[in-house]
Amino acid sequence: MTLSSTRTPTRFGYATALSCRECGHISDLGSHHACAECFGPMEVSYDLPPLTRADIEAGPLNIWRYRDLLPVRPDIADTPNTEPGWTRLIRADQLARELGMRELWIKDERGNPTHSFKDRVVAVALAAATELGYKVLACPSTGNLANAVAAAAARAGIRSVVLVPADIEPQKIVGTAVYGGSLIAVEGSYDDANRLASELADEREDWAFVNVNVRPYYAEGSKTIGFEVAEQLGWRLPEQIVVPVASGAQLVKIDKAFRELAGLGLVAGTSCRVYGAQAAGCAPVAAAFLAGHDVVKPVRPATIAKSLAIGNPADGPYVLDVTRRTGGAVAEVTDDELVTAIGLLASTEGIFAETAGGVSLAVLRKLLAAGQLDPAAVTVIINSGDGLKTLDAVAPLIAPVTAIKASLAAFAALEHATAEPESARKAGQA
Amino acid sequence: MSVSVRIPTILRAYTGGSAQVTAEPGTLREVIAWLDAHYPGLGGRILDDQGQIRRFVNVYVDDEDVRLAGGLDTPVPSGGQVSVIPAVAGG
Repeated sequence: MTLSSTRTPTRFGYATALSCRECGHISDLGSHHACAECFGPMEVSYDLPPLTRADIEAGPLNIWRYRDLLPVRPDIADTPNTEPGWTRLIRADQLARELGMRELWIKDERGNPTHSFKDRVVAVALAAATELGYKVLACPSTGNLANAVAAAAARAGIRSVVLVPADIEPQKIVGTAVYGGSLIAVEGSYDDANRLASELADEREDWAFVNVNVRPYYAEGSKTIGFEVAEQLGWRLPEQIVVPVASGAQLVKIDKAFRELAGLGLVAGTSCRVYGAQAAGCAPVAAAFLAGHDVVKPVRPATIAKSLAIGNPADGPYVLDVTRRTGGAVAEVTDDELVTAIGLLASTEGIFAETAGGVSLAVLRKLLAAGQLDPAAVTVIINSGDGLKTLDAVAPLIAPVTAIKASLAAFAALEHATAEPESARKAGQA
Repeated sequence: MSVSVRIPTILRAYTGGSAQVTAEPGTLREVIAWLDAHYPGLGGRILDDQGQIRRFVNVYVDDEDVRLAGGLDTPVPSGGQVSVIPAVAGG
């Protein structure tokens, strides 16, 4: 890295260009999400200034403390936005004991303004959309992104248009519609909504589809999860991390964040094994990993983990690259396993994860059992969102609740009725 | 009868700016060959050197992802609709 004091941030910060991940073709910082030469994904390149831990620590307690590592203007924190990030990294000692692990942490993305990591990516996409002159913030979404786009657009005072598959959870419909933008249910799967969005993005010149035509900027927002994990661990990289995989962008960008921090000399440790987690009903990347392929064959999703139900994941090939390069893996778990994991996380740590968070934990368990994850290594798993958005998924865990009369006698009778089976169950487990 | 083909912005330089062009029916492979004959260079942007659909291109025939159907052998009947879309989107 060259150290120069002449760098001056622009309206895209220290970002200098977009470059194609496949063929290296360079273009200006505009609205190009696919390479004009080969259709490959365009990625933001930077000429980063020297940066210290103190510079970052002096920033606000949200993603903008990392603004110098994002394609955003220097005064971004002063623009109307939802101020996402700086979510808790929770040390999970009870869960670790249960799993036979030494040091396990949960990066808990419920703490974002609309209760998922999507607020991070949308904040960066909104900044780019504003600079590029777009008038409408739009997206295809499995639900979490819909919430985040609608809220961010409301806060910024612009119109939003959100396309969702017609079968997503009612909580996610309500949690989007409340912000007042346009919400359109599309018949079919997420992949159908995504295709419609790609076609619309070609037709509506002043619409920024956050995960289509401004995707290079949007995806950079996921780096902030990696930055925070490292900073919250005391400026060190974890040794292993498990990340849920939908499009795969989150996993790829967390790895990029770790490499940027290492390149700037800001962290102890130089590498982290990265593991991808998918649900068996939609596991095209896990299937490609197991088969040794470097391309991903699309599937038709059929899982209760709807936020991961992307059958044709755009960053699938790069998830394969990252997990193989770092010595990680991509694995799948069944819906039953992910529901059990949601219950385990809730009962051991008081964290109610969305289905994707259950997938992360279930894959952790599976790979520990298989000897592919090291129980003695410093490990982080991502809970990408809030269980309150996917209530139906955990219905099988919930025992029927019996109503009693408001009397001590009725309470005692209930205790008596429930005590014996409980002790018998415990004895049976011992 | 013919089939209609949606061209993404990124490839409209080959079609004189047209978002929609018509081609002869056949298999998808034949449709792409027809396009390349009439819009020289277009075929090479959709297919790679091995003649396979490029890694970051999605092709749909009548709203069906051809990778979930017959790939380049997918029939495109008269009146059918082909859509070529950059794959890098979503999530």
